[in-house]
Amino acid sequence: MRRDDSVVFIGEDIAAAGGVFKTTEGLLDEFGPLRVRDTPISEQAILGAAAGAAMTGLRPIAEIMFSDFFAVCWDIVVNQIAKTRFMSDGQCSFPLVIRSANGGGARFGAQHSQSVENWAMAVPGLKVVAPSNAADVKGLLAASIRDPDPVLFFEQKSLYGMKSEVPEGEHVVPLGKAAIAREGSDVTIVALAAMVPRALKAAETLQSDHSISAEVIDLRSLVPLDTTTIFESVSKTARLVTVEENPRLCGWGAEVSSIVAEELFYDLDGPIVRVTTPHIPLPSADALEDAVMPSPARIVENVLKLAD
Amino acid sequence: MNDTTGQLQAAIDNAVAPDVETRLELYRLMQSCRVMEQRAYDLFMQNLIKGTSHLALGQEAIAAGFGAAMREDDYTFCTYRGHNHTLVRGVSMTGILGELMGRECGLLSGKGGSMHLMDIEKGAMGSYAIIGAHMPIAAGAAWSAQYRESGQVAVCFFGDGTTNIGAFHESLNFAAIWDLPVVYVCENNLYMEYTPISAVTAVPNPGADRASAYGLEPIIVDGNDADLVYAVAVAALDKARSGKGPSLIEVQTYRHGGHSRADPGKYRPAEEVAAWMKRDPLPAYRARLLADGIDEAAITAIEDEQAARVDKAEATARESGPPPLEIADTDLWADGGSSWRN
Repeated sequence: MRRDDSVVFIGEDIAAAGGVFKTTEGLLDEFGPLRVRDTPISEQAILGAAAGAAMTGLRPIAEIMFSDFFAVCWDIVVNQIAKTRFMSDGQCSFPLVIRSANGGGARFGAQHSQSVENWAMAVPGLKVVAPSNAADVKGLLAASIRDPDPVLFFEQKSLYGMKSEVPEGEHVVPLGKAAIAREGSDVTIVALAAMVPRALKAAETLQSDHSISAEVIDLRSLVPLDTTTIFESVSKTARLVTVEENPRLCGWGAEVSSIVAEELFYDLDGPIVRVTTPHIPLPSADALEDAVMPSPARIVENVLKLAD
Repeated sequence: MNDTTGQLQAAIDNAVAPDVETRLELYRLMQSCRVMEQRAYDLFMQNLIKGTSHLALGQEAIAAGFGAAMREDDYTFCTYRGHNHTLVRGVSMTGILGELMGRECGLLSGKGGSMHLMDIEKGAMGSYAIIGAHMPIAAGAAWSAQYRESGQVAVCFFGDGTTNIGAFHESLNFAAIWDLPVVYVCENNLYMEYTPISAVTAVPNPGADRASAYGLEPIIVDGNDADLVYAVAVAALDKARSGKGPSLIEVQTYRHGGHSRADPGKYRPAEEVAAWMKRDPLPAYRARLLADGIDEAAITAIEDEQAARVDKAEATARESGPPPLEIADTDLWADGGSSWRN
C-alpha cells in the first residue's frame, strides 16, 4: 500500500477495529479512511465493489472474514470475477486480492472452520494462494497484490498465533513456486498452509524414530501449481504422500495425485497416498476436531504404510 | 445521507423538452436500437443466431434517454437484456450483431455472446447474466471513480425482478452509505421473466417503494417517454457527479415480446399487450417531434441512415467467418493465456 496508491482495502471490521484476528491493525492510521474502509455485512457488495474497482483502475484488497462465507458471495467470485476477463475477449482484468481466514483448529465449529481452497481451485480464472508461515504471508501477499489477476489468499487461522522470522523490507515470493520446506530422499510429502508445519513435525518423527528421510514440499499456491518441484522430488524419492486439510472429495491432493500418476507413473515405487480430513463438516469440540484433521501422527502412520 | 431534497422529482415535474439536436439524437438512438433488435429477431428466425437472446423491443426510450445524457467516460452496467444499452454508448452495430451470430467480427470474438456484450473503451462495462450481480460491481466502479476523483458516474440498469434478490439490497445500502456516484435504473416491464412482478413482490412499485429503505427519493418515470427519461437521467447524473450520492429510478415500460427467444409471452392478456403497443415509444416520439414542428425530412433521414446501418452491419457479420479456434483458451489471465501449471 505504501508503494501504490491504487491499492485500497475493504472488509467487515478491518479498519477501526483492526480485524477480528487483529491482522489489519494500524492500517487505518497509516493509510486513512479513503484507502482502508469498513463495510456492512454485505459479502456480495464487498466483492462486487472490489470487482468494479479492479476493472476501473484500482488494485483492491477485499476481506471475507471467514472463508465459509464465500458461500454467500460465490457468484461474484466464480461467475463475475473469474469469467469476465475471458468473456470480454481480454478487454479487462481483475487485479484484486480476496483475503480470508480459512480452515480449522480454532474450535469454531463447522460454519467457521472449513478449508475451502479446493472450491477455488476448481474455478478457471482464479489464482489460489495459501501461505504456511509469516515470511510467506508477507512475500506471497505482496506478489498477489502486484499480480494482474484475481487471487484468493487463504490465511489458515490457526497459524495466526505462530511466530516465525519475517524478512525486513522488500520481500516478494513469486506465485507458483513451491518451497522445499525440508529436504529428504525416501518419501515426498506435499502439504499446504497449516499442513506444512504438521508435515514437518511428521518428518522429524520419521527421521528420529524410523530412519525415514522425508522431503516436505510447501505448495504455497494451488493455482498456479508448481508441478515441476513435485516431479523433481518424486523422481528422487519414488514415493508421494499429499496432506490436505480440505474434506476428502475433490481435494487438491487428488489433482496432484492424478497428474503424478499420469505423468510420472513409472518413477513411483508404490501407490500415492492422500491424507485428508474425512468427508465431513468439522466438529467443534477440541478432541473431535483434533481427531479428524490430519495430524503429524496420522501422516507418520500413512508414510509407514507406504514404506512397508 | 438522507436524500429528502426532492431534486429528481422536481426535475421530472419541471422537465421541458430538450433542444432539437438532443431530441433528434434521442430519436436516432431509439431508432438504432429498434432496427438492430428487429434484425436480431429476424436472424434468430433464420437460425443465424444460436442460443438465446433477450430483446428489449419497446424499451428503447430508456436506453436512449440515458445514453444521450451520459458523459463519454461514464460507465454503463446492464443485464442480459443489454443490446440497446451497449449500442447507445457508441458501440459498433456490426460488433453486436456479429457477436450474436458467433462471428469473428463479434465484439468479443464470439467468446461472450448475446448476454455478455461489453466494450470497455466506450464505457460499456458489461452485460451480466446473473440477476443482480452487476449491481455491486457498478457500485465498485463508482467507488473507483469517487476515489480517483474522476467525476465519472456508473449507471446500472436492471429489471423489476432484480429488486427481489439480495444483491439489490446490499448494493443500494452500500452505495448510499458511501455516497457513491451511481444511478440505479429499475426497468419495470411488469414481468419477472414469465410471472407478473405484482404476484411476487410485496409492494406495488418494485423500485420506488424500496427507495426509502436507503434514504433515497422514490422516483417513478414513464419509461416510454424519451424526453422524460432524458430529464431524469440528466438530473440523476448531475446529482451523482456533484457528490450527492446514488439514485434509484423506476422507469415503467413494457417489452413487446416475451422474456427470451424461447418465450412467446402468451401469459400476457391481449388487451394489456394492445394497450402498451399503442404506447410504443418510437411512433409516439415521432409524432411529438412532428407536432413540435421538427422537419419530417430530418426524421426520415435518421430512419434511412439507421436502416442502411443495420443492413451494412448484417452484411458484414454474414461475411465474417467463425472465430479462430485457437482463441478458445486465451485471455483467461492477463498474460493472455490460460495456463495453471508449469
